[in-house]
Amino acid sequence: MTKLLSEFTVGEKGIIIKVNGEGRVRRRLFDMGITPGAEVEMKKKAPFGDPVDYVVRGYNLTLRKAEAACVEVDAEEGKEAEE
Amino acid sequence: MKTFALAGNPNCGKTTLFNAITGSTAHVGNWPGVTVDKREGVYKSGSEKINIVDLPGIYSLSPYTPEELIARNYILSGEADGVIDIVDATNLERNLYLTTQLLELDVPVVVALNMMDEVEANGDVIDARALESALGCPVVPVSALKKTGLKELMKRCAETEPRKGTTFIADALGDTLQKAQDYYEKEGASSALFHAIKLLESDTEELSSPGAKKFYDELGITEDMEADVADERYRYISANFSTAKVKKETRELTKSDRIDKVLTHRVWSIPIFIVILFLIFHLTFSENLFFLNGFTEAQGWMPGLDELGIENEGLLEFIGWFYDAGVHSPGVILANIVEWICGHFTDGIAYLIEIGNGAGWVSSLVCDGVLSGIFAVIGFLPQILFLFLGFSILEDTGYMARVAFVLDRIFRRFGVTGRAFMPMIMGFGCGLPAMVNTRTLSDEKERTATIRVIPFFSCGAKLPILTGMAGAILEVFGVGNVDWITFAMYLTGVIVAIVAILLMRNTTMRGAVPPFIMELPTYRMPGFKNLMLHLWDKCKHFVKKAFTIIFISTVIIWFLQSFSWKWEFLLQDPQDLIAGEGLTAAQAAEVAENPDYFIDMFMEDGELIVDSMVNLRTDESILGSIGMLLQPIFTPLGFGSQLNSMGWVFAVAAITGLVAKENVIATFGALAAVVASQYVDWEANEVAASVAMVEGSGITVSGVLAFIVFNMTTIPCFASVATARAELPKGKLKWTVLFWFVTSYVAASMFYTCGMAFEAGGAWWSAPACWIVVIAVTVLMIVLNNKGKLERFKFRKKRKEAEATEVASSADTGV
Repeated sequence: MTKLLSEFTVGEKGIIIKVNGEGRVRRRLFDMGITPGAEVEMKKKAPFGDPVDYVVRGYNLTLRKAEAACVEVDAEEGKEAEE
Repeated sequence: MKTFALAGNPNCGKTTLFNAITGSTAHVGNWPGVTVDKREGVYKSGSEKINIVDLPGIYSLSPYTPEELIARNYILSGEADGVIDIVDATNLERNLYLTTQLLELDVPVVVALNMMDEVEANGDVIDARALESALGCPVVPVSALKKTGLKELMKRCAETEPRKGTTFIADALGDTLQKAQDYYEKEGASSALFHAIKLLESDTEELSSPGAKKFYDELGITEDMEADVADERYRYISANFSTAKVKKETRELTKSDRIDKVLTHRVWSIPIFIVILFLIFHLTFSENLFFLNGFTEAQGWMPGLDELGIENEGLLEFIGWFYDAGVHSPGVILANIVEWICGHFTDGIAYLIEIGNGAGWVSSLVCDGVLSGIFAVIGFLPQILFLFLGFSILEDTGYMARVAFVLDRIFRRFGVTGRAFMPMIMGFGCGLPAMVNTRTLSDEKERTATIRVIPFFSCGAKLPILTGMAGAILEVFGVGNVDWITFAMYLTGVIVAIVAILLMRNTTMRGAVPPFIMELPTYRMPGFKNLMLHLWDKCKHFVKKAFTIIFISTVIIWFLQSFSWKWEFLLQDPQDLIAGEGLTAAQAAEVAENPDYFIDMFMEDGELIVDSMVNLRTDESILGSIGMLLQPIFTPLGFGSQLNSMGWVFAVAAITGLVAKENVIATFGALAAVVASQYVDWEANEVAASVAMVEGSGITVSGVLAFIVFNMTTIPCFASVATARAELPKGKLKWTVLFWFVTSYVAASMFYTCGMAFEAGGAWWSAPACWIVVIAVTVLMIVLNNKGKLERFKFRKKRKEAEATEVASSADTGV
């Protein structure tokens, strides 16, 4: 199921399909390991709901929802319940 | 001697390694991108010597941040004979991403596999040999913290020989890459492979050269290529190095995760943060540690220093460092000791000059001018040190990144990221460390805006102005409440800061809120030695930057205050005055009228209460006449021409406040002699000094409030200005100083005019209404301007055009 990374709920995992967004932000996301094919998991939200902490390539990366909305992900279904 | 550059991700232990190799001093932080300065050191082992250059922490060689550009340009410049790439073994995948880029350069690379001890402790295994053969460059496991493997690392560095860049992604990029590489080789560029791959990534730096841009267009490279390159790099890393690293299968919650569960908790994160902040300030500034002596004065049960019944003065002084009706915090104890040393040093020098029969002005020049200038710098240090220590610990543990994470949502509204919060809150303690700490902000405009509002967060030195003046309002006019006025003034400062930052981010410092793509580093215990090196580094930095400017300004202000235009030294010895020696005509007339005039002023119970020379003639000084000249400027603020012959005193106090804000009240003490014919020991009683000034000058309540607001928000002390100069981009200082003055002027006149309207009664709403209209019009103009509605006004258009080119050029350089 394809959805945006910003739509993820806590514990949800998926495989990145595509990274959109403005040049510099996109470039940065690539450099930080947000590339197509990478596995990403949503870890937690900040107290005010934004930014959001994701685990990608074995480390914690925080993005605002605006930046996470640039990332299209193939979400693993039914995985949320496991966490 | 070979030179090696030290490159690696932020938080990979790079600075720790640098300190371990060179034994020199450099900053260690856990907050991404904290090192911006270039640091160098020398590694020595027997006859072997290698020069080490510490590059800023970077994730990639793409020019996203200024740090990345610095690192990239340095390596490309060919100044380094090789690169030591520090890889955090606990986070291999992302760290190797930078390694793949470094290997594309025509320089030898040695990989230092750091934090191997942590990997082993986690029960993970990394095969360094397999990694070495896969990468095709030396890989040495090290632990920077425990100093293991460093010798081997440096040995491998010394053995390196020049090499050509290599890549793992050639197959995926195929023909296009080969063509691009040929192009760069034909151009005669070194590191052709690196440039070629960057060109395929549509790298803005490569495209800035017209030749490369033309070639790029011919090749027909699309932006998708960028994704492919990054993707291929990571694909190669995960395909090949997952075999090098065998991770434990079961991954329960890590220690960091568990700590985060508490520290970034939905409800508790902010209260915890407030408690931590409070503790730092408490340990730095409190004279009643942990409220052992109760929360209010009424609850106090500990005896005061003079109630202890100790006769021995030396012992009393010693106890006074640590205790006076409440245990002192470490910051205060250290400050007391430093103050004691400085004070005794000054006394000693004064004594030496006296027995050498030096003139009065020599003693005053040395003690009040030169020495007080030097000690003003040193006197700042203890509490700056403690603030730095507290915040360094937060940084090095990784907590600062969490603070930015938690608070980002709130601060985004004001056009800054959550990181800007820390420097601002530090401003309540002291603006100097606060300004230095803005280095953690990567966006230049955000940083400039933050530095500019820091003085509005009222620092510790401004507190006496507040309590003194608020006390005077209560005593002279019988209105208000000291705590309430103090709190309201702090709040005013914060509101001014918020308004100013909103205004700047929408006008001169316009720009989108920088994106928030930040690593949350693993929590780590900061190493004691690194922490101390870090502190030493910051203090050295402060003393170096601030010393000259503070010193010179103190001496200049001393001169202006102590001499008249006729080159006459104005300070007088109280004993001479009592004896009737060296009196001016005016003073002689006072004594003729009241023979006890000076005795009343300087004696109490038959004892002299002043042990130094006093300046009773500030009105005749050069500074006094400058104050009189400036007096009309302050009329709209309520302490100018409407006070007739007394308005200048406030101008003079504000000017001396530039040396250090404490001086405002000290100057009140001196000026009390002029305006109220009385000597006030301002150190013992700031309220009395303020009362004398308020009564003597005939200022109104609104004027006093405006004066407080003016001093709280105006140009900070010279030390802060010097720090701002060091931290701001070139050419921004004069605008910043002007900005501070204008802001305080507007804020103070707002207080005065509204206050006057209230005092007058009747149409009390008229003044606030006028200001509301002014604010509304300003906001409207800004909104219209930002929406481009005012373009038909030519001057606006011109400015917009200038701005557009500026934006374009800054986008080109990637800054």
